Amino acid sequence: MALERSEVEKIAHLARLGLNEADLPRTTETLNTILGLIDRMQAVDTDGIEPLAHPLETTQRLRADRVTETNRREAYQAVAPAVQDGLYLVPKVIE
Amino acid sequence: MQWETVIGLEIHAQLSTQSKIFSGSATTFGAEPNTQASLVDLGMPGTLPVLNAEAVRMACKFGLAIDAEIAEKNVFARKNYFYPDLPKGYQTSQMDHPIVGKGHLDITLEDGTTRRIGITRAHLEEDAGKSLHEDFHGMSGIDLNRAGTPLLEIVSEPDIRSAKEAVAYVKAIHALVRYLGICDGNMAEGSLRCDCNVSVRPKGQEAFGTRAEIKNVNSFRFIEKAINHEVRRQIELIEDGGTVVQETRLYDPNTDQTKAMRSKEEANDYRYFPCPDLLPVVIEQSFLDEVRASLPELPGQKRERFEREFGLSTYDASVLSASREMADYFEQVNATCSDAKLAANWVMGELSSLLNKEGLDIEQSPVSAEQLGGMILRIKDNTISGKIAKMVFEAMAAGEGSADAIIEKKGLKQVTDAGAIEKMLDEVLAANAEQVEQYRASDEAKRGKMFGFFVGQAMKASKGKANPGQVNELLKKKLEG
Amino acid sequence: MMDASDMHQLTLTQIARGLADKAFSAEELTHALLARIERLDPQLNSFITLTPEQALAQARAADARRADGETGALLGAPIAHKDLFCTEGVLTTCGSKILHNFVSPYDATVVEQLASAGAVSLGKLNMDEFAMGSANESSHYGPVKNPWDLTRVPGGSSGGSAAAVAARLIPAATGTDTGGSIRQPAALTGLTGIKPTYGRVSRWGMIAYASSLDQGGPLARTAEDCALMLGAMAGFDPKDSTSVDQPVDDYLATLNKPLTGLRIGLPKEYFGEGLDGAIAEKVLAVVEELKTLGATIKDISLPNMQHAIPAYYVIAPAEASSNLSRFDGVRFGYRCENPADLTDLYKRSRAEGFGDEVKRRIMVGTYALSAGYYDAYYLKAQRIRRLIKSDFVSAFEEVDLILGPTTPNLAWKLGEKNADPVSAYLEDIYTITANLAGIPGLSMPAGFIDGLPVGVQLLAPYFQEGRLLNVAHQYQQVTDWHLRAPAGF
Repeated sequence: MALERSEVEKIAHLARLGLNEADLPRTTETLNTILGLIDRMQAVDTDGIEPLAHPLETTQRLRADRVTETNRREAYQAVAPAVQDGLYLVPKVIE
Repeated sequence: MQWETVIGLEIHAQLSTQSKIFSGSATTFGAEPNTQASLVDLGMPGTLPVLNAEAVRMACKFGLAIDAEIAEKNVFARKNYFYPDLPKGYQTSQMDHPIVGKGHLDITLEDGTTRRIGITRAHLEEDAGKSLHEDFHGMSGIDLNRAGTPLLEIVSEPDIRSAKEAVAYVKAIHALVRYLGICDGNMAEGSLRCDCNVSVRPKGQEAFGTRAEIKNVNSFRFIEKAINHEVRRQIELIEDGGTVVQETRLYDPNTDQTKAMRSKEEANDYRYFPCPDLLPVVIEQSFLDEVRASLPELPGQKRERFEREFGLSTYDASVLSASREMADYFEQVNATCSDAKLAANWVMGELSSLLNKEGLDIEQSPVSAEQLGGMILRIKDNTISGKIAKMVFEAMAAGEGSADAIIEKKGLKQVTDAGAIEKMLDEVLAANAEQVEQYRASDEAKRGKMFGFFVGQAMKASKGKANPGQVNELLKKKLEG
Repeated sequence: MMDASDMHQLTLTQIARGLADKAFSAEELTHALLARIERLDPQLNSFITLTPEQALAQARAADARRADGETGALLGAPIAHKDLFCTEGVLTTCGSKILHNFVSPYDATVVEQLASAGAVSLGKLNMDEFAMGSANESSHYGPVKNPWDLTRVPGGSSGGSAAAVAARLIPAATGTDTGGSIRQPAALTGLTGIKPTYGRVSRWGMIAYASSLDQGGPLARTAEDCALMLGAMAGFDPKDSTSVDQPVDDYLATLNKPLTGLRIGLPKEYFGEGLDGAIAEKVLAVVEELKTLGATIKDISLPNMQHAIPAYYVIAPAEASSNLSRFDGVRFGYRCENPADLTDLYKRSRAEGFGDEVKRRIMVGTYALSAGYYDAYYLKAQRIRRLIKSDFVSAFEEVDLILGPTTPNLAWKLGEKNADPVSAYLEDIYTITANLAGIPGLSMPAGFIDGLPVGVQLLAPYFQEGRLLNVAHQYQQVTDWHLRAPAGF
């Protein structure tokens, strides 16, 4: 199944990746080559096979409900692109 | 055309754990921005989640309380979307395998009828942070203190048929989570939030209409108003030949309107898949047994007991069991005075209006349950009348001490000495000789009303202290005589 | 005292002995290697960041600890970390522009464990961007060259780790392996590298590519050095939910176990079409050598191996598409200039910050998870994953170890596979099954073809890292491929 240009644009939007108009044909072609490789899976008979999400089929360990973290805002925000009054700044959020 | 409203609710209850669902950060409300946001909460590269045991226990408590099946194995999934208050670009939630399966909750309406509302599921997830829109030179500020706070999302079946039922259901959930001690229920702080899915259909039609989702309604009153508004809007729209579109709307209490959210316009594709950083959570039967044993008496059970043990009406019993604090208070009053009906009347009457007026919760009541019970004892042993009791209650509310002390200090003790009452009545009748003449000349039908006049005068003369029963009896004798 | 110009020849094990015998100090050793890196690395580009001051401070601290009577094989041993292990106060780029300015505020568990064992970190090693690649050509910091032939790739994604160790700039390095990223570069540069069982090494602080496949491990010249490194890296970590709470075996203690009676399986699928004939010969020569050491050989089959690549290229990109959403220009990392609005901030920061291969995999993963395709792609791939795991489980009922080539080809020329990403994906054919199943795998040198190293891969049942290291060590006692150094290094 080959992706159309418009689908590539939709995927890029979902992934929030800006697409260069000039690169779009090449990107579409490469993605289709990769999907061609992936589509080989469809020939495999997997009827009745349970999907495997984790290699080790163990179960989740639980953590005791204790506060172990202290305020390290200054250290964490030292790597932030834009902060003010302890807040991370982004272009206006519209609801 | 007759329309029927169909409502389904999604309630997000913040679980009152000490630490977050996947990190050791505190969950205290109101801290300085981003001071309770750890590496994990910030989605720093390389960080990983570890699940809080208490969040799991609390979800199980809720599941048992609504008689739901608790999945032996539940799975966390990632809900992928970009938003600045969502640090990792996905919300860790549950999709195909929620911790709590199908259950139900009974609600009592004002007319005393009870309805069973189905609960589709309840699942654990992490809360997002907050965007603050005060002007930072055209920017928004992001506070991630709330990010990672454990939430239990409780999804109802579309079983609710009116705004009033919706409110009754939310109140019942609110009461339940507080009884269970799993959520503080503080709606103003966002500890309990509600999304309302509303649609309308012609009465008798089976298929559902297209629904609109009203996001984040944060008070009982707004839930009722928002739903009522939305129902009106949809009916008007359809009757004018339009169609309802499936969308997310916000309720604005200032204008009493709902309006479509701009940011959610585009169809979302959340690309859910099992979170590879977390493993399936297995709930052992022994753990469930232990949780079940730790459950307190629940609102429904309490209501039934109040009806059964105290002979209260379903409505009274449901009001008194609506919160654990209210029920505890009522039971304490009753324990002191051994008169459940009087206790119920006073708690639901004078006490409730006092608290309402002062804007206080019952835990903050200026009149303690022991004080109120003590006062009711004095009504029962005829030391004071119901009318005087109201004065005593007010004095107790003003912090003037126990009922006995107030009665003593203010000389409110009821007069039950027949001689003294007769003497007082003679004076009242002498002062109103004309009315006495008229009374005696009237027929039986008119006398009833006129009799009330003499009672009023007598009580006034005794400053309300005369025993009303005796006043009635003696007055009748004197007027007839 | 040992001549500083020879110190780089030493293996970790020899360094441990030298430090214990006071033949040299950790500080002298660190000075010598830092100077060597300064001199030789410009040809290789194996380091993204050098941390000479921190390294010397750690070395002096190690010398002081030793003077206080502390012992420990890694006390004062120089190493370096793949640049996706977070290092507090040190740039951690993941080979990406999007983290070009990310000075990590915390240490990965692996970094912490090696530091507390006394290892001295000289810096951060180049890698394919976000560990996505088999050639180390997708790094924002430029390609890494193979010391055996500077016109060729060192393999990837732990290409910087492999090149630096192969060139004797450092005796050992950390790496990570999601589809072969330790074993494949080890093979292409003549090293020994081990990918442990999934869950054996903590992933806390190891920037994720595909969470259910990623596993950290060491690259070194010898199996013995790998045993030393892995012993310090492995262990239960309560900060990682997928970490396994099970004691770590004493890998050094079992290195000398005789191989008598060891049952080795040769999967027919590993020797079929697509394998360079000359490589096949080298691998079979290893088999002969192991037979003389007492092993018995059995032909086996892993029938679903051929489906591993398509399944892997669904699962890994799907997880990556979600894991990499946090790089959004808000809390850390690259942010585009003057974003017009929120969407523009996201789209441009990510488009400008990520390289082509990363963007491709994010797109593939996004598509595979999107509405309507989830069952056909993601669930299908997970079903195949179970088939692959089952193949191994059955095989290990009959044999103790599986042996085959690590790669179908030798190191290729820089740029050779750039035009067609799928051709590079096919290079992972022999390694990715171990990631999908979660079993441990090791690659060790098996000789040379036209002066380029050949690797042989050993696979073992869950938590049998000790067995892999034992077999590799025994082989290395009777061969010297692992001792050869590239000309000029």
